[in-house]
Amino acid sequence: MPDESLVVVDKNTQKEEMKSKRHSSLSAYLSSVGAIIWKDLAAELRSRELLSAMLVFAILVIFIFNFALELEPRTRATITSGVLWVTFAFAGTLGLSRSMAIEKDRGCIDGLLLAPVDRTAIYFGKMIGNLIFMLIVEAVVIPIYSILYNVNLFNPGLLLVILLGSIGYVSVGTLLASMAVQTRTRDILLPILLFPVEIPVFIAAVKASTGFMQGLEMSEIMPWINLLIVFDIVFIAAAFMLFDYVVEE
Amino acid sequence: MNHLAELEINPQNGADKRDILRSLPQPVIQVKKLVKRFGLKTILKGMDFDVMEGEFVALLGPNGAGKTTFLRILSSLSRPTMGEVWVAGYRLPAQAKNVRRHLGVVSHLPLLYGDLTAEENLRFYARMYNVQDGAERVDHVLDLIGLTARRRDLVRTYSRGMQQRLAIGRAMLHDPDVMLLDEPHTGLDQDACEMLDEVLRNVALLGRTVVMTSHDLARAADLASRFDILSKGVVVASVQRDELEKDQLLAFYRKSLAISMKESKRRGNTDA
Repeated sequence: MPDESLVVVDKNTQKEEMKSKRHSSLSAYLSSVGAIIWKDLAAELRSRELLSAMLVFAILVIFIFNFALELEPRTRATITSGVLWVTFAFAGTLGLSRSMAIEKDRGCIDGLLLAPVDRTAIYFGKMIGNLIFMLIVEAVVIPIYSILYNVNLFNPGLLLVILLGSIGYVSVGTLLASMAVQTRTRDILLPILLFPVEIPVFIAAVKASTGFMQGLEMSEIMPWINLLIVFDIVFIAAAFMLFDYVVEE
Repeated sequence: MNHLAELEINPQNGADKRDILRSLPQPVIQVKKLVKRFGLKTILKGMDFDVMEGEFVALLGPNGAGKTTFLRILSSLSRPTMGEVWVAGYRLPAQAKNVRRHLGVVSHLPLLYGDLTAEENLRFYARMYNVQDGAERVDHVLDLIGLTARRRDLVRTYSRGMQQRLAIGRAMLHDPDVMLLDEPHTGLDQDACEMLDEVLRNVALLGRTVVMTSHDLARAADLASRFDILSKGVVVASVQRDELEKDQLLAFYRKSLAISMKESKRRGNTDA
């Protein structure tokens, strides 16, 4: 008969081993996510291709709307958030498309797919990288927008809406950009695929943003924020499940 | 390995036989009746292929024979339509993550980031492969491929030959058992090809199993220990280097392709 204390010790050792294995695989996963984010930021810091294109494009869109819509201050207040989100959407599409094209052009996407990590780590790495680029562009665009449209956008609630909307946008955008980049018509295909899927995010983001700009009650804004949170969770979960199939040949 | 289970073993002396079989060299790559279709087009048509540990196999064949498709399946970048594929004891695509741990892949594209330095590229991949002592390993690999002096230069400033050497360094970073090389000499000048050959000889000396596709028969004859001819999605001939004089490879290649063409014409007539 084996000594019971030995059996207990053995079971505890097994549990510890399992725990440490899980811990090390989690740390390898997070390290891969971190490596991809670092790589994207380091490469962008050198080339400044993506950010400069997104910024110039976003600022041009704001200027065009500013001069095209010569509106009275009252009317202007009602459409401000719509213009803001159209600007983010256009600039974001440019960034998403370029971010995946960099991976495709020199075959680097294969380099990523060959790594012995869960492929969702690649998705999260790229998604967080794209989110950082989008937030940088937004941080530059918002002050310019505030001056041109004479509205105060530095409201914590509004900034939260911009963050939630951006997460929803890049979560599904990264997935669709990974799909579109494998086709010859990637630059055309991405907006065609992306904008219809993003409609719920845009509606919720525009409504919530308008609410904060017009100083509405929180009870009127909260349903839209809740909707944004739900869309973010659904989009991230869907992308998490589908990414492996999207990138596989 | 998977094929041990398929061998008939007498229960009475099964244990002894299993021990003997385990001591025999086992295929590192085993492919049975592999079929790959893209839509209506069948690229690989029931291909069989085995590679033993430490072999350097040159996979030769004309354009469109299915060489790149086959290597993409072996490297888990593409799913087989039908058939069995085992690499390093793991089945594809079910155990792809384990397979990737044992693979180093070099293609005609460098799979490197032009806006990062050579060192940054290798450090990035070391993190992706969870390489222990990554910094030391990066130093070692840079030394092995002769790029230590230019480690801090951006990869986009490298010549094609240097990029390809760095690509081999990237593939060797995690010390893989199996190297898959898809036409690694494409686009390289004579000097760069010779330097690349030197690196590949070192890889073979380290005991790695290598499968290389190539159109350059002379280079393949110099490097490989076995030559397989792939035509229309099947391996039509296979020969060890010892069985062939160096200058006979071209004749062997042409003869194998001619027989395969005749065979496929005959089959076409029979089917009609």
